[in-house]
Amino acid sequence: MTAIPRALRIALGILVIAGLILAPMNFNRYGLFILSQWAVMTIAAIGLNLTLGYAGQVSLAQGAFVGIGAYSAAILTTQGMPLVAALGVAIVLCFAVGWILGYPALRVQHHYLAFVTLAFSTLAFLVFRNEDWLTKGIYGISNIPRPHIFGIATNKPLPFYYVCLGSLGIVTSAMWWLIRSPWGRAFLALRENPVRALSLGIDTRRYTLMAFAIGSALGGVAGVLYAPLTQYIDPVPFNQSLSLDLLMMVIVGGAGFFFGPFLGAMIAVLLPEWLRFTEGYYLMLYAVAVILLLIYSPTGILGILDRILAERRTKTASALRAVTKSRLETAP
Amino acid sequence: MSTVLQVSNIKKRFGGITAVDGVSFDVQEGEILGLIGPNGCGKSTLFNCILGQLTPSEGEVKVDGQVVTGLRPSELNRLGVSRTFQLLQVFPKLSVRENLILAGQEHQGSMLSRLFGPSDAGLTGTADQMIAFFKLGHLADEPAGGLSYGQQKLLDAAMAFMGGPRLVLLDEPAGGVNLTMLADLKERLSAINREKRATFVVIEHNMEFVMSLCSRVMVMAEGKVLAIGKPDEVRANPAVIEAYLGH
Repeated sequence: MTAIPRALRIALGILVIAGLILAPMNFNRYGLFILSQWAVMTIAAIGLNLTLGYAGQVSLAQGAFVGIGAYSAAILTTQGMPLVAALGVAIVLCFAVGWILGYPALRVQHHYLAFVTLAFSTLAFLVFRNEDWLTKGIYGISNIPRPHIFGIATNKPLPFYYVCLGSLGIVTSAMWWLIRSPWGRAFLALRENPVRALSLGIDTRRYTLMAFAIGSALGGVAGVLYAPLTQYIDPVPFNQSLSLDLLMMVIVGGAGFFFGPFLGAMIAVLLPEWLRFTEGYYLMLYAVAVILLLIYSPTGILGILDRILAERRTKTASALRAVTKSRLETAP
Repeated sequence: MSTVLQVSNIKKRFGGITAVDGVSFDVQEGEILGLIGPNGCGKSTLFNCILGQLTPSEGEVKVDGQVVTGLRPSELNRLGVSRTFQLLQVFPKLSVRENLILAGQEHQGSMLSRLFGPSDAGLTGTADQMIAFFKLGHLADEPAGGLSYGQQKLLDAAMAFMGGPRLVLLDEPAGGVNLTMLADLKERLSAINREKRATFVVIEHNMEFVMSLCSRVMVMAEGKVLAIGKPDEVRANPAVIEAYLGH
């Protein structure tokens, strides 16, 4: 994406951030809820994008980690613990479980790995539903409090939206740092050519486990925000379809593109609202749109943009070559 | 002068086929050993056994006197053993410089210190030296996938040197490279051998390249060592002529 001038990119970034902060100030309750949900789902999708998009490890279990995070937050905060403590617990728990879930990836890949993670996702759902003593089963946990941040109550929708947005900001910066660090390069090497990576001293095992653990921990972070956002959780939202939704967000936005999850989550969360006028047809329209998109651009929406920019770069380069050539020919 | 690589009685069986059948040889510090033989004689399998990509069925590999049989390729690499592959293995989406930084970064500090350290792992300078050394200067910021085949081959070789290796195993570095580029490659490899005292083992089919670059040549046929010695001795060896050179 180097073809977009740096200044323009910075200006665009500032505009988007300002828009996300200022525009919702006069949104109604429902609009704020949807936007908060977008921020939360984006965090989970960023995590999956690391595991799947950058490190190339298929996971159909990201929704389970959102569930683990959400239940950690719900259980601990209804017991009077602060949300920050629940966040710590969820991150450690999801990191550890994600690390363990990474072990099968050392043996199996692609759709085999997808099945292993699918099984885990089912297992997690069964725990949420059946372990009543911990999760209150199908009755769910209600009256989940929203936190006080620096002494400010975030009960109202707008302040809590800012909690979600702020968290998204922190996660985005951390991921930006990670992708730009030598680790990001190692993850990419792991995805592109694990045999060569190994011969260059890259401990592919440890990076595979790390990709799972960090991606899962971000799923947990999303869950910790999800619980106080809805203030009531039961097992249903964390069934297999959440994992598939998150996978779709990453693929539709563009797996392996930094801003893919933002776009993918926007489409998955906002599109149903915009297509509301079509009533029952929205899911069909959404499905058709996704099928068409993936036929046209298997690398997602940002894949299209990347292709256009690459074409423009090539055109510029050939134009430059042509100019040089004609100069050489006309030179005395 | 010390022995860098010591290979004793390596055997590798795949089902009923013995691809490598009791191969032993030593490589001295600073030496360039050429490894030749007809296709399918077990050269690449031998490389893979030495480098941990395959576990030998029998035998032992020592690097600087330390037994390394069964170590993972990444561990061996960090002990200073580096390689190139027969088929091109650069990372096409990364730039030339990024490829080189990637090839060296795991030798810098610990995993944790790399996460919080600079994004180039402090290797931009070393990478640029390597780029200049292999005469890829004008291509430093180009994605590796956009380079010509010969240039990618040079980059592939350059990547093997980023970790400051003691021993480098090159699998057909000259394959598919045009004559001008070949002369460059040979000259660069000789220079790096002289200047850095790096020790090489080179698999190659280009006889001219092998005979002029290597200090010793080992000939393999049907998984066994047929002959080993100075290029001229090997060239004159009747068994070698019979099995390989004569055809």
